Amino acid sequence: MRSTMIDFEKTELRLGLPGAGGGGNEGETSRNSSGKRGFSETVDLKLNLNSNSSDGNQVEDMKQKNIIPASADSAKPPTKAQVVGWPPVRSFRKNILAVQKDTTTTDVNKSGGSHMAFVKVSVDGAPYLRKVDLKIYKSYQQLYDALSKMFSSFTIGNCGSQGLKDFMNESKLIDLLNGSDCVPTYEDKDGDWMLVGDVPWEMFVDSCKRIRIMKGSEAIGLAPRTVQRCKNRC
Amino acid sequence: MVYSFPEEVLEYVFAFLSSDKDRNAVSLVCKSWYEIERWCRRRVFIGNCYAVSPQIMIRRFPEVRAVKIKGKPHFADFNLVPERWGAYVYPWISAMARSYPWLEEIKLKRMVVTDESLELISKSFKNFKVLSLSSCEGFTTDGLSSIAANCRNLRELDLRESEVEDLSGHWLSHFPDNFTSLVSLNMSCLGSEVSFSALERLISRCPNLKTLWLNRAVPVEKLASLLRRAPQLVEFGTGACSTEIRTDIFSNLVEAFSGCKHLKSLSGFWDVVPAYLPAMYSVCSRITKLNLSYATVQSPDLVELISQCSNLKCLWVLDYIEDAGLKALSSYCKDLQELRVFPSDPYSAEPNVSLTEQGLVTVSAGCPKLQSVLYFCRQMSNAALIAIARNRPNLIRFRLCIIEPQAPDYLTLEPLDTGFGAIVEHCKELRRLSLSGLLTDRVFEYIGTHAKKLEMLSLAFAGDSDLGLHHVLSGCESLRKLEIRDCPFGDRALLANAAKLETMRSLWMSSCSVSYGACKLLGQKMPNLNVEVIDERGPPDSRPESISVEKLYVYRTVAGPRADKPDFVWTMDEDGALRFS
Repeated sequence: MRSTMIDFEKTELRLGLPGAGGGGNEGETSRNSSGKRGFSETVDLKLNLNSNSSDGNQVEDMKQKNIIPASADSAKPPTKAQVVGWPPVRSFRKNILAVQKDTTTTDVNKSGGSHMAFVKVSVDGAPYLRKVDLKIYKSYQQLYDALSKMFSSFTIGNCGSQGLKDFMNESKLIDLLNGSDCVPTYEDKDGDWMLVGDVPWEMFVDSCKRIRIMKGSEAIGLAPRTVQRCKNRC
Repeated sequence: MVYSFPEEVLEYVFAFLSSDKDRNAVSLVCKSWYEIERWCRRRVFIGNCYAVSPQIMIRRFPEVRAVKIKGKPHFADFNLVPERWGAYVYPWISAMARSYPWLEEIKLKRMVVTDESLELISKSFKNFKVLSLSSCEGFTTDGLSSIAANCRNLRELDLRESEVEDLSGHWLSHFPDNFTSLVSLNMSCLGSEVSFSALERLISRCPNLKTLWLNRAVPVEKLASLLRRAPQLVEFGTGACSTEIRTDIFSNLVEAFSGCKHLKSLSGFWDVVPAYLPAMYSVCSRITKLNLSYATVQSPDLVELISQCSNLKCLWVLDYIEDAGLKALSSYCKDLQELRVFPSDPYSAEPNVSLTEQGLVTVSAGCPKLQSVLYFCRQMSNAALIAIARNRPNLIRFRLCIIEPQAPDYLTLEPLDTGFGAIVEHCKELRRLSLSGLLTDRVFEYIGTHAKKLEMLSLAFAGDSDLGLHHVLSGCESLRKLEIRDCPFGDRALLANAAKLETMRSLWMSSCSVSYGACKLLGQKMPNLNVEVIDERGPPDSRPESISVEKLYVYRTVAGPRADKPDFVWTMDEDGALRFS
């Protein structure tokens, strides 16, 4: 390794490609400009550049600065979290998104992760509630069948399997909603009570927190939109 | 023959010159013009607080009314500049307090501002009107109390993106009851709740209030009351909009917004429940600037809102907008000039949204006035960049961040040299460029050849050798700011282009290959530059000269080496010796 630095005047005059003459750091001149260069080479550059130096602590120090990947020999690029200041996002933006992510994560945890989506089901008048895993059903029909079977032992007027099935039947819908028959509703992520059946099944499973099967007269306020939707659908 | 206008006439004429460039040019005509001009210069802009000292500024311009000062290098935004690096404003305030009693405006960016400085400001300048602290830090809400209590003629208080130690919201209550001059208030960076009744009363008694950016702590159900008291607002930033939606809140909001006939800019929307967005539909057709970058709302809801904003000129949004939303943007907002798309989840390995290079291509095709772009995405191709360049030769700012470092063209696996080359070749007015992705020295050859109007260039994980840096330094005639991280650029290019550095404001290089020896040599040869080595490993003298420095910050200055350096910064001095602060 040269002990004297590059002769400044010479450098001013010669603007050729690296390696065209003496001077310069060996680190640069040894590189080709083929274009493809893995990230690890950049990293290795920092480590090997001063290989002649006696400062063996340099690597350690740089690791502590969290600038380079954990394994200097690995060809894998570092995960983003290990590269300081990359991607270039201001910290006040990072915090906002972190908060949002936490909220989403806790929701997932509450429902037991992505494999299960247990929600409470209450039926007006029933002495106790039940819990169903929405993930095991593929459609509203399947859910209705299951709920009917679950609550078939309760005598709550027409709120039996036929009553729920009638819900799917447009011609019976208005009678259902105007009468004392029951209507399935659910509480979504925003805390609103919605009529079951409006949104695609997957969206329902993602947003449903609990289900309540109401008496028809109570559910009247939700009716008009559903009637319209049914008309549009059929 | 000596012929000249009377001084008063020249002064009168000079008063019409607002641009610094023009005034600087006028100063060079002759000594008497220099003298006249310096006595009537009222506004001074200092792009680097260490390029000049307060004393030099005051000596030359004795009658200044407005100063704007910038401190830390831009990469400080991404935590690349260590704590305690510098950019303290106190010496400036203290000097100006003595010499500029009639000072009206102080605007600072990336500076360290203490409560002591704020108190001094509030007590020293009787006619103080404008305080703007952009991306600043070091003060608490107690400092704000001083400003509120003492600045009787305050018009603007703007704290955008600053880091404030928030002790309480009580500062706002310090505005006196007879204080009515407020025109602009931006408190969006603060966390604590301010007294809502104090805020209401403040707004009610300030009839000239045009800009109000609330902080997150103001809930959506309180907005209507504020808007009703300030229907003259032009710029409005909401607080958090996460309260469960209720018909009464919603209808109040609709009514309040419909009363705001002058609203042009909207911001805020933290955690917004999508159902609130329609409350703003009545003002959408007048909106020219929309900042939805805190709104974690999905694309269809974003599109619903944006489709109403036919006069939109500037949109900041999260990548939830997706390619589909950008397509809608390009068809509804034909006046769009600026687009910024921020990443919702920058650290996940896999894309969480369907936003690709296609979205940007579509906007570039559909929005003929687009001139300013900041775009975070996970894939890019040369073909897309070439299309963007051909579609939009009027681009002035192009900042692309492909999240994975050194990501190649995802279609061909080649470097993105030709793509960015097309950008600089077609966009002849380009002033600002940020590169990302896999890039060789070739892209720098294109940049050096074509980017003649380029003023600011940001590089990361790019290039192969010193030749890359040499192309930029020797070719980019208008270059003022160059910031580089993790590129294999070293001594040769830097030393070969040392003179260039005197024509620029500053150069930042971190995690590159510049040796300590080269830094010393540069410092020796260039007395008008401060060559500062930032190295947290201890004195560079304790290591061989060939070892690369951690970080290098080089800037031109007439103030000599700075006296306030922390223990990890060394200035390479003229006589080759190290100087500590």
